[in-house]
Amino acid sequence: MSKLPTRPLPNLSEPDTAAFWRATAEHEFRFQQCENCGTVVWHPRRHCTGCVDGSLVWQVSAGQGAIYSFSIVRQSYHPFFRNQVPYVVALVDLDEGPRFLTNVVGIDTPEAVHIGQRVMLAWEDHDDVSMPLVRPLTE
Amino acid sequence: MTAQARDAAIVGIHEFHSRNVDGELSSLQIKAECAARALADAGLSWSDVDAIYDASEGAPMSGLTISEYFGIEPRLVDTTAVGGSSYEFHAAHAREAIRAGKARVALLTYGSTAHSNALAIGVGGRGFGGVTPAENMESFAGQTLVANYAMAARRHMHEYGTTSEQLAEISVATRYHAMRNPAAVEAMEELEFIDIRETTVDDVVNSRMIADPLHLLECCMISDGGGAVVIASAEVARNCKKPPVWIIGAGQAVKYPVIGGDLTSSAAIDSGPVAFAEAGVSPAEIDVAMIYDSFSITVLTILEDLGFCAKGEGGAWVEGGRLRFDQSGGPALNTDGGGLSSNHPGMRGIFLLIEAARQLRGESTAQVAAAKLALAHGNGGMLGSRHSAGTVILAGDRT
Repeated sequence: MSKLPTRPLPNLSEPDTAAFWRATAEHEFRFQQCENCGTVVWHPRRHCTGCVDGSLVWQVSAGQGAIYSFSIVRQSYHPFFRNQVPYVVALVDLDEGPRFLTNVVGIDTPEAVHIGQRVMLAWEDHDDVSMPLVRPLTE
Repeated sequence: MTAQARDAAIVGIHEFHSRNVDGELSSLQIKAECAARALADAGLSWSDVDAIYDASEGAPMSGLTISEYFGIEPRLVDTTAVGGSSYEFHAAHAREAIRAGKARVALLTYGSTAHSNALAIGVGGRGFGGVTPAENMESFAGQTLVANYAMAARRHMHEYGTTSEQLAEISVATRYHAMRNPAAVEAMEELEFIDIRETTVDDVVNSRMIADPLHLLECCMISDGGGAVVIASAEVARNCKKPPVWIIGAGQAVKYPVIGGDLTSSAAIDSGPVAFAEAGVSPAEIDVAMIYDSFSITVLTILEDLGFCAKGEGGAWVEGGRLRFDQSGGPALNTDGGGLSSNHPGMRGIFLLIEAARQLRGESTAQVAAAKLALAHGNGGMLGSRHSAGTVILAGDRT
């Protein structure tokens, strides 16, 4: 029996982003902040973009944010995603600042998604890594 | 209009005739054919070329490989590669080199077999490859190329009330021009477009949704193709076969996602004013605007960013057909038919320069009467995330 196509997973040995992805296995959404100048750095990387004497430390997001923009994908040629249409891709602004690309899940219909909608992380687990998807915030 | 420096001019152009080579030609072969014909258009030959500009789409380390392949010995090599706007960067760099006396004849070429390779550039594609840290954060989400632009469109609608009917005006205007361009009609036939005719706003908004809010007729085609542009010094230009098209202003910029960033504007906000200031002209004076139409929203955003209208007012501004070549009140948009309806092999920037030059020579199939000033604005990468902007302002020899 052939293996079903899967979601493309991140490269866990990519030097700048490996630590972020390793932490997702513990359902932690990490981002960096500079101890020297306070700059929140996103996406993860080794150097501070705010100063040249930077020292980055990891912070953990509380996992809530709002949708900045989104699209409902109705056509994809990807072996996995072609069977997921229609699905929602969104840019989410975490309350701590970082804006990340993700999918909105846990919705009755894609048309229910809107800009400004409050969302929370909804982790999708894989072998050594979890994907930070989001779903509408439930109070 | 103030007098501009006229040190460098487009003197030769060529657009590859076919949009579907059925895998029988390579991108290098397309580049060489276009180069030869653009040089012939100028009345020049290979041995006149002393500067090479290349975006490395045909071969790796193209500064080396292209020179050997063409059989020329350049004294200046520039392999700036910033996606589809590379050719606007190249034109600006060539002009600077010529002004500085470092080059006399610069050759820009482009070739692509995207259609033959079945690369999904326009509809449903996943965008460009490579594992950068930024991309390693994003690939899991299955964002198609269309969805990237769609998110910019959605945000524009949210902030400014822009409608799909307004965005459709971009598609309608470019198709209006395409139907007057036999090469564009042939392209749509080669690529098996279903219904090849002038379109209406209703046609566009009733076409299939690809990634909300962008419909099929708001997305560029995926073709094979190529082109070449020859840029020469004033001294060389005087003896060329065709009237020179002067490069009078240029600006470049890049933009990428940042915390709290704005998705409703592009890097054109930074490249445009530099180009207009150098040229000493204003947007209202531009007769022809060649703006990279990967999608409808790309053009609407860039029209605003370049100052043709205020930010957020683009939707209302494009209503009523002011972008058509035979109407007043705005520049003629993409008079060759654009990426939406004539030619999009992946990096369309060179065609913006080619059609702008045609207009200022009086050779377009949707000729603006007495066109004096044209603008070519390339957007490379992706509007909804990281992208480059190259603005070039051109003047005809008659002004």
